[in-house]
Amino acid sequence: MTFLSKPNMLHLGILLALVALFFVLPTYHVGALSRIMVLAIYAMGFNLLFGYTGLLSLGHAMFFAAGMYGLGLAIKFLGAPVPVAFLIAMISSALLGLVVGFLALRTVGVAFMIVTLMFAQTAYLVVLYFGEYTRGDEGFVLQQAERLVFGMDITTETGRYFAAFTLFAVCFLGVAKLVQTPFGKRLVAIRENEERARMLGYDAGRYKLLALIVSATISGIAGATYAVLFGYVGATFATVQYSILPLLWVLLGGAGTTIGPLIGVFFMFYLIDASSAYTNAYMLIAGAVLILLTVFAPRGLAGILRSKVMPWLP
Amino acid sequence: MDFGPHLMLASLEGAVIAAILVLTAMGLSIVFGVMRVVNVAHGEFFMLGAVLAWFVTSLIGGHPAIGFAMAVIVAPLLVGALAASADWLILKRIDYDPDRTIVGTIGLLFVIQQTTLMTFGPEARPVEAPFNQRLSLPWFEFGENGLAMTWPWGLSTTSYKLFVIAAALVVLVALWLFLTRTKVGLIMRATQQDSEMAKAFGVPVGLVYSCVFGLGAGLAALGAVLVVPIQQAHYLMGADPLLLAFIVVIIGGLGSLPGTVIAAVLIGMSDGIISVFFSPTLAKIIATFLVAMVLVFRPQGLMGKVSS
Repeated sequence: MTFLSKPNMLHLGILLALVALFFVLPTYHVGALSRIMVLAIYAMGFNLLFGYTGLLSLGHAMFFAAGMYGLGLAIKFLGAPVPVAFLIAMISSALLGLVVGFLALRTVGVAFMIVTLMFAQTAYLVVLYFGEYTRGDEGFVLQQAERLVFGMDITTETGRYFAAFTLFAVCFLGVAKLVQTPFGKRLVAIRENEERARMLGYDAGRYKLLALIVSATISGIAGATYAVLFGYVGATFATVQYSILPLLWVLLGGAGTTIGPLIGVFFMFYLIDASSAYTNAYMLIAGAVLILLTVFAPRGLAGILRSKVMPWLP
Repeated sequence: MDFGPHLMLASLEGAVIAAILVLTAMGLSIVFGVMRVVNVAHGEFFMLGAVLAWFVTSLIGGHPAIGFAMAVIVAPLLVGALAASADWLILKRIDYDPDRTIVGTIGLLFVIQQTTLMTFGPEARPVEAPFNQRLSLPWFEFGENGLAMTWPWGLSTTSYKLFVIAAALVVLVALWLFLTRTKVGLIMRATQQDSEMAKAFGVPVGLVYSCVFGLGAGLAALGAVLVVPIQQAHYLMGADPLLLAFIVVIIGGLGSLPGTVIAAVLIGMSDGIISVFFSPTLAKIIATFLVAMVLVFRPQGLMGKVSS
């Protein structure tokens, strides 16, 4: 594949558009877009497991929370600088992914969903149980002075936007590259027909475990980024709702596509943003969208694009 | 109070929890057994039962027993009808695909929960029990002059709690008779064993699925109507029963009805006893984790058969 292939141009075009949008959009939407990019990192982590490997986890909030608390607690109690805390966050979410994967991957199908859901529930309750350190539901705030990266202030609107953009771009291009490698192709093979992939000599169990660890780490990066950019760590992010949201985003955007997660988060964010002006029961919209998607468009927006307009869509 | 009477009080509380749980979990188990789908919105059907009980009792004035009796009949029927139409509108269209059903019922969960928030409101509302006499319980102890009967202070229950336990038993027996002794029950069991073959013999499988989905939701709603005089109606009350019912169905073996009953009694009793003696959060952590472990190492559950 050449550098100037259609998928590469599409990915670079999206990144350029995100940079351009910063200079065009009013302040409110710049803030919203920074949030969207961070959540899109989370959605991409989920998509790697659900969209590419075909494993539906209903407990990804525990990885998001592992990253968030890994960073938050390291800063609060060890006084670690942000880059070190970020590394701790990545390691803790990867380790959690290893342990959960080792246990949960013994099950398949519906049992896998329930087991991940229960592990996430356990993680949430553990956060509440150690409320002395984690401050439970109330959460804790990271002070501005604790959130300097190599002396740079990332708490301003500009700093936050470009910090989110940088991490988003790294994960976006990284995942897009990863799914083109032989490793990524094997994950798709496992999704399509695990039995057959095993017959061809691939160690399906090992690849699924690796996919889960990478997915957990990316979700952890998203959690840590969220904590450092918005300065808040709380147990809300470990609830079932935050395990369901990435599923919703990925389904809406299109599972198993590189641009699906970003599209899904973008549309869902503005849908909820618009509806919360009328009602406080905004999750009603999320529920209705989920039902409509499962019934009418199981492949999501990018899936429709791929089948109607752009068959080359990665 | 001594340890003995304390334990007896905890077991009585546990028996009430188990009675409600057995109805809720039975609904989930029947749906899974016959249709092979996991209904994540099950807890919301439970919540709807409680909320409807509040609406019915507050509409009908007079003695609380009249309103309650109406609620016992109306709430499960309405919730069952709603579930059957949800099955027809959503699940039938996605052909009962297991993964898509889970996603669809998660959507249904949010729709029901948030609609209740918009209409019923965020407050917890009580429903008055039809009768609620306080009953003191005796305790037997070997003293200096042989077996003596004492009445320890605080060892008491209410007549309503005993009624809940009895009512759950009656419903359970009725359900068992319905499934094993009636023609409709026979058709349901035939569909459970082999839906293709049942269809070939002229069983309207689509209709059976809708009825089973409605029956499952109706059982959850009935459990909720029974519990609502003890625990208030609230729009978020569905989460705990859902998780507990999941645990019960898994421990009992997915789709095994006798296993479900045994597991419900086991879990309900231990939940009651543990939360009297230990911190509830710690108890929940251990319980949730252990259940996940059961599913990992013994996926067929305690009573389930190994599927080929």
